[in-house]
Amino acid sequence: MSTSPHPVYTPPQAPSGFWRRYIFSTDHKVIGLQYYFLALAAVTVGMVLSLLMRYHLAWPRGYVPFVQSGIMRPEQYLALMTMHGTIMVFFVLTTAPLGAFGNYFLPIQIGAPDMAFPRLNMMSFWLTLVAFGCMLSAFAVQGGAPISGWTAYPPLSGLGSITGPGEGLGQTMWIVSIGIFCFASLLASINFISTTIEMRAPGMHLMRMPLTVWAWFVTAVMSLLAFGALLAALIMLILDRSAGTSFFIPYGLVVNGELQVGRSGGWPLLWEHLFWFFGHPEVYIAILPGMGITSHIISNFSRKPVFGYRAMAGTLCAIGFLGFLLWGHHMFVSGMNPYSSLAFSALTLSIGVPSAVKTFNWLGTMWGGKIHFDTPMLFSIGFVSFFVTGGLSGIFLAQPALDNMLHATYYVVAHFHLVMAVAAIFGIFSATYYWFPKMFGRMMNETLGKVHFWLTFVGAYCIFMPMHFVGLYGGIRRYSDFTGADYLAALQPLHVFMTIAAFATASAQLIFFYNFFKSLASGAKAPENPWRATTLEWAIASPPPLDNFAGNFPHVFRGPYEYSVPGAREDFSPQHLPPSDVAGAAEGAPSA
Amino acid sequence: MPDSAIVERSGIGGVIGSNGGSSGGHENGRGGELGASHTPQRAYVTGMLIALSGVAMFFMALISAAVVRKGSPSGDWRPLLVSGWLARILWLNTAVLVASSITLLHARSRARASDEAGFRLWWIVTSALGICFLAGQLLAWRQLVSAGLYLATNPSSSFFYLITAAHGVHLAGGIIALFVVVFRPARRMAQGTAVEIASMYWHAMDAIWIFLFFFLISGGRS
Repeated sequence: MSTSPHPVYTPPQAPSGFWRRYIFSTDHKVIGLQYYFLALAAVTVGMVLSLLMRYHLAWPRGYVPFVQSGIMRPEQYLALMTMHGTIMVFFVLTTAPLGAFGNYFLPIQIGAPDMAFPRLNMMSFWLTLVAFGCMLSAFAVQGGAPISGWTAYPPLSGLGSITGPGEGLGQTMWIVSIGIFCFASLLASINFISTTIEMRAPGMHLMRMPLTVWAWFVTAVMSLLAFGALLAALIMLILDRSAGTSFFIPYGLVVNGELQVGRSGGWPLLWEHLFWFFGHPEVYIAILPGMGITSHIISNFSRKPVFGYRAMAGTLCAIGFLGFLLWGHHMFVSGMNPYSSLAFSALTLSIGVPSAVKTFNWLGTMWGGKIHFDTPMLFSIGFVSFFVTGGLSGIFLAQPALDNMLHATYYVVAHFHLVMAVAAIFGIFSATYYWFPKMFGRMMNETLGKVHFWLTFVGAYCIFMPMHFVGLYGGIRRYSDFTGADYLAALQPLHVFMTIAAFATASAQLIFFYNFFKSLASGAKAPENPWRATTLEWAIASPPPLDNFAGNFPHVFRGPYEYSVPGAREDFSPQHLPPSDVAGAAEGAPSA
Repeated sequence: MPDSAIVERSGIGGVIGSNGGSSGGHENGRGGELGASHTPQRAYVTGMLIALSGVAMFFMALISAAVVRKGSPSGDWRPLLVSGWLARILWLNTAVLVASSITLLHARSRARASDEAGFRLWWIVTSALGICFLAGQLLAWRQLVSAGLYLATNPSSSFFYLITAAHGVHLAGGIIALFVVVFRPARRMAQGTAVEIASMYWHAMDAIWIFLFFFLISGGRS
C-alpha cells in the first residue's frame, strides 16, 4: 500500500475503558455496529408484531398471547399495525442501510480515518436510541400504542384519547419519538454529506467512488431535505393536540358522538402533503443503499466491472431528485385536485426509467460474467428480483384510475412490502454476509447462509404474491377480521396460507441469527480480502484498526470495479495499488 | 488556545484556504477521537452550509404549510393585520437584526486587522443585538396577546406564533454559539473556523428572518 504524506503519524490507540471504547465511542465503526444491533433488535420486535397480526388475520378468534383476555380487539390490531410499520420503516429500514453500513464503510471506502464529525455521529446514534426507547414505551402507557398507522393521519392522530385507545399519551410518545428521530437523522445526514465531500483520499474522484458511497451520499441528501419537512409537520400536529390550534383539524368534527369545539377549519390534506413530502423520499432512503450494495456485490461476484458505472451513479441521483416530486401518488383518493393527480402520475411513471436502467445494468453486469453464487451474491440477486416484482405493481398503482380501485387494499400492502421492505431487507442481508468478515474478522457459514437465502426468498414470495390477489378481490387493508363479509370470507384460505408462510419465513430467520452469533463466536478466521474485491475496505486488516488504515492512508489510482482487466496480474485490480503493481507478468512478487 | 489565534486564523485566506486539519495547533483531541484531528477545517464550513440547507427546508415546510392552509376550502383564514405598534415593533426588530449582521462583519474586519479587543467588543455587541431582537419578538407577542390574538385564535395567528417561535429558537442557538466562540474556544476546531461558521449561521438566520418578516407582514394585505 502506498503512503500519503503524513510525516510524523503515529496510529492512535483505542481508549482503554469499556465505556469509552464500546458504549460512548466516537469511532464510526463502533457507531455503525451500534446502529446495526439497534436495527437487529428493532426488526425482531417488528417481526413479532407482524406475526401476531398475521396470526389474527388467519384465525380471528384464536388465542393470542401478550393480549388482554387472549382475543385481539380491532383497536389492538391497529396498535400492532402502527407500531410494526413505524418500527420497521424508521428503526430498521432507515437505520440499518444508512446508519449501520453507511457509518461503518463510507469512511473506509473513501479512504478516511473517520467521519468528519465523530462526536456529532455519536450524538446521532444516541438520539436514535432514545427515540427507539420512547417509541417502545408507547406500549406501556395508558391506552397503549397509537392506532393511527405509521402515517399518523389527522384528525385521528390530532385530537387525543377521544379518537380511540392509544391516541392519548401513546400518540404523543409516537410524535416525540419520531421528532427525536428526525433530529438524529438530520445530524447524521450532515455528517455523511460533509464526509463524502471533504474526506476523500487523494485520487478518489467522484467518478471513482464505489456505488455504495454514491448511494449513501444521495440517501443522506434526501434525508437532509425530507426530515426537516416531517419535523415541521410533527410540531404542527402536536400543537393541534395540545394547544387547540387548527392546522389539520376540521371545523364541526363529531368524534364518538362528541362535537369538537374550538376548531376553525383545518385541513387534513395539509398533513398528507407534508407527511408524504417526507414519506415518499423516505421510501428511497430505505431502498437506495440497497441499490448501491447490490451494484457493488453483483460486480464483485460476477468478476466484471459494473455495466454503465456513470449511468448507475447518474440514476441514483435521478431517483433521488425525482423522489421529491411524486409524493402526491400516495394521495390520489384524498380529494386532491385530479389535475395534480395527472402530474403526479406522469412523474411517478417517469421514475420507472432510471429504475429500469438500474435493473438492466445489474443484469448487464452479470451477463457473461464468471458468477460466484456465494450468499451475498444470492441475496443481491434476490434484491433485483424483489425490486422488479414490487416495482411492476407500482406501474399499476401510479395510474389514478387504477389506484382508485386498488388504494387501501392489500394490493398496495403487497406492492410496498415487496419493493421497499423485502428488497431493502435483502440488501441488508446481502451487506451483512458480504461485510461480516471485515466487521468481525470471521467468516459466516456459507451453507447456512444459502439455506437462509432460499427459505427467505421462497417464503417472502409465498407471503406477498397471494396478497396481490386478496387486494384485487377487494381485501381492504387495516381491517383486523375479514370473516364478517361474505366476499372477503371466501379469501380466508389465502390468509391462512400467507400466515403459515409468514411463520415459516420468520422461523428461517432463526437460521440467520444462529449463523450470525455462532460465526461471531467461532467462525473461521477471515482473511483480509476473502471476496477478492477491489475497494479500499479490503486493503486493510479484518477487523480494521482504529484509524482504518494504520497510518498508511491510501492513494487511489483507479475506479472501484476493475475486475478481469485484460493484461492485469489478477482478475481484480485494487483501487489503492499503483499501476506498476497490478499490470504485467504474473510472476512478479505479490504486492502489499 | 491563545487569543492571538483568533487573529491569525481569521479572514477568508486564513480559514477557507487553510487545510490545517492534520497540521499542528490542535492536537488536543483526546484518545479515540482521532477523526477530529484529521477533519480538514473546510469540512466544518461545508458541514455548516449543509446544515443550513436543512434548516432552510424546515422553514420552507412551515411557509408552504401556511400558504396551503390559507387556501384551505374552509375559508377560515382571517388575515393577521400587522399594523400600529405591532408593525413598529417588527420593523424595529428587523432593523436590530440587520444591524447585528453589520456589527458581525465589523467584528471580523477588526479580527483581520489584528485588533483582538475590537473583535471581542463587536462580537459581543452582535450577541447583545441578538438578545434585543428576541426581547423585541416577545414584545410583539405581548402586542398580539393584548389584542386578543392567541396561538389558537386563528390559523393566521397560529402560524405567526409558530414561525416566529421557530426562528427565535434558531436565533437563540446562534446567540449561544456566539458566546461559546468567544468565551470557550473549541478544542478541535481552529478558532478562525469557529468564527467563520458562527458568522455563517448568524447571517443565515438574519436572511431567513428578513424573508419570514416580509412573508408575515404581507399576509395581511392580500
